[in-house]
Amino acid sequence: MTHTTAKIIKYELNDIVRSKWVVLYGLFFVVMTEGLLRFGGSDARALLSLVNVVLILIPLVGILFGTMYLYNAREFVMLLLTQPVDRRSLFAGLYGGVALPLALGYVAGVALPFALRGGAGASTGALTMLLLTGAWLTCIFVALAFVVALRSEDRVRGLGAAVLLWLLFTVVYDGGVLFFLSAFADYPLEKPVLALMLLNPVDLTRVALLMNFDISALMGYTGAAFEQFFGTAMGLVVALGSLTVWLLVPLWLGRRLFERKNF
Amino acid sequence: MIQITALEKRFGPRRVLCGLDARIEEGRVTALVGPNGAGKTTLIKCILGLTRPDAGDIVVDGRRLNGDPAYRRHIGYMPQYAAYPENLTVREVLALVRDLRGNPGGLDEDLPAGFGLGPEMDKPLRALSGGTRQKVSAVIAFLFRPRYLILDEPTAGLDPVASSVLKDKILKARDEDRTVILTSHIMSEVEELSDQLIFLLDGQVWFEGETAQIKQQTGEARLERALARILHEQRPLNGFSRHEQATPHLRGGGVSALPGGAAQIGSGEWR
Repeated sequence: MTHTTAKIIKYELNDIVRSKWVVLYGLFFVVMTEGLLRFGGSDARALLSLVNVVLILIPLVGILFGTMYLYNAREFVMLLLTQPVDRRSLFAGLYGGVALPLALGYVAGVALPFALRGGAGASTGALTMLLLTGAWLTCIFVALAFVVALRSEDRVRGLGAAVLLWLLFTVVYDGGVLFFLSAFADYPLEKPVLALMLLNPVDLTRVALLMNFDISALMGYTGAAFEQFFGTAMGLVVALGSLTVWLLVPLWLGRRLFERKNF
Repeated sequence: MIQITALEKRFGPRRVLCGLDARIEEGRVTALVGPNGAGKTTLIKCILGLTRPDAGDIVVDGRRLNGDPAYRRHIGYMPQYAAYPENLTVREVLALVRDLRGNPGGLDEDLPAGFGLGPEMDKPLRALSGGTRQKVSAVIAFLFRPRYLILDEPTAGLDPVASSVLKDKILKARDEDRTVILTSHIMSEVEELSDQLIFLLDGQVWFEGETAQIKQQTGEARLERALARILHEQRPLNGFSRHEQATPHLRGGGVSALPGGAAQIGSGEWR
C-alpha cells in the first residue's frame, strides 16, 4: 500500500508547490539566514540567532499550515476514499505531502546561504543539528495539526485551537515554568522541572540544540537542570528520544481519528 | 448484489439510519427515494465506506465490508455535491483517479465526448461552473466501467442536454447488465430510469419493490401520486415491504405527523 501513499504524496506535492506557499516559506529562510550571516558577525552567532527564530516560527507555520491544509483537502480526501484507497495509506500520504515540503523548504532555505559560502566551517555540526531538529519539529507540529483538524469539524474552531496550542508550547509554557519556579523556590526542583520539560517539544528541541552548541547559559532553567542531570551525551539521547515520542503519539492519534471519521 | 442488514447510524443525538434492511439487485436500476433527511445519502456513504455505520452489515458480492477498500474497484460514485481539489485541472483529476485505479477494462470515453468536455479539460476545477463539475463527477463515475454505479442526484444541476446524455448512459449501463443505484427527487426521472424502487423514510425502508408494480397496485397513473397515496394510507404495500409492522412514529402519529417529522429531519441535510 506504500505505493498508493507515494502516488498521493506526488499529487499533493504538485498541489502545494503550485500554491507557492512553501516556496515563500523557503525563501523567507534564505533571506533571514543570509541577513544574519551578513550582518550578525560569525557563523556561530548567526546560528544562535537562527535557533530562536526556528523555535518560534517552525511550530507556528507547521501547525497552522497543517490544520488549514487538512481542512482544504476535505474534497480531495472524499474523492480518494471513494476509490480503492485504504485510509491508512491516505493518511500517510496526506501527512507526508504536507510535512515533507515544509521540512524541505526549511532545510533548503537555511542551508542554501551556508552552501553558497562554502559551508559553515567550524559550525558544520551545529548547522546539521539545527537543520535536523528543525525538520523534526516541523513533522511534530504538522502531526499535532492533523490531530486538531480531525478532532474539530468546524475550521474556525480548529484554527483557533491550533493557535492556542502554539501559544501554549512557545509562550505560555515558559511563563508557567517561571511561575512554578518562583512559587516553589524553597524546594528542590530539578526533577519536577525535568518532567515539565519532557512535556514540551519546543523546549526539548531548544535544549537538544543548545547542548550541542555548548552554550548552556542560554538554555534557561529547564535546560540547565536537564544537562546537569543527564550530562551532555545522555541528555541528548533522552531529548531526542522524547522528541520521537512527541512525533509518534500525535501521528498514531491522528491516524486513529482519521480511520474512524465519517466523511 | 448488495445486501444491507439492520444498518444503524447516529450523528450525535440524531438517529439517521434505524435498522435499515435493503437489497440491491444485480443488473437493475434501483432508485432510492424519500424526503430530505430520510437517510439516502448516509446509506450511500455507508455503502462506499465514507461513513462507518454504528451497527449492521453491508455485504457486497458476498463479502462483508470491513475496511478493505478493494471492493471500491467495482464501484463508480457520483456525489451529490461535486467537490474536487480546486488547484488541479480536470485532466489532472482524471489522471489521479486513473493512476489510483489502473484501467484493466479500458476507459469509457462516452461521457466526456457526450458532454463535450474537451475545452474544459485543462481548466482548474475552481474555474468550472456547478454543472460542469457535475459532468466531471459523472465522467469519473463511469470512466472505469464499474459493475456498480452509485449516483447521488445525478441530474441535479445539469442542463437538459447533458441530463439526457447521462440518462441514456444510465440505461445503457443497465443494458450491459451493470447495477445502478440512484437517488432523485424528480419522480418522472425515477419512473423513466428505475426498475426497482426503495422508499426511505426516517432511516427505514418504508417499502421496496418494482417501480412499475407500485403504480399498478395503487391504481395511480403517475409514480408521484402512487407514492403520495402510499404515504397517506400509512401502510406499506403488501408484498413490497419486509417491514410489516409500521414504526411507532407512523402508527400513532396520524397522517399529519408524517410530513412534519420528515421536515424536521430534512432541515439538517448533511453532507
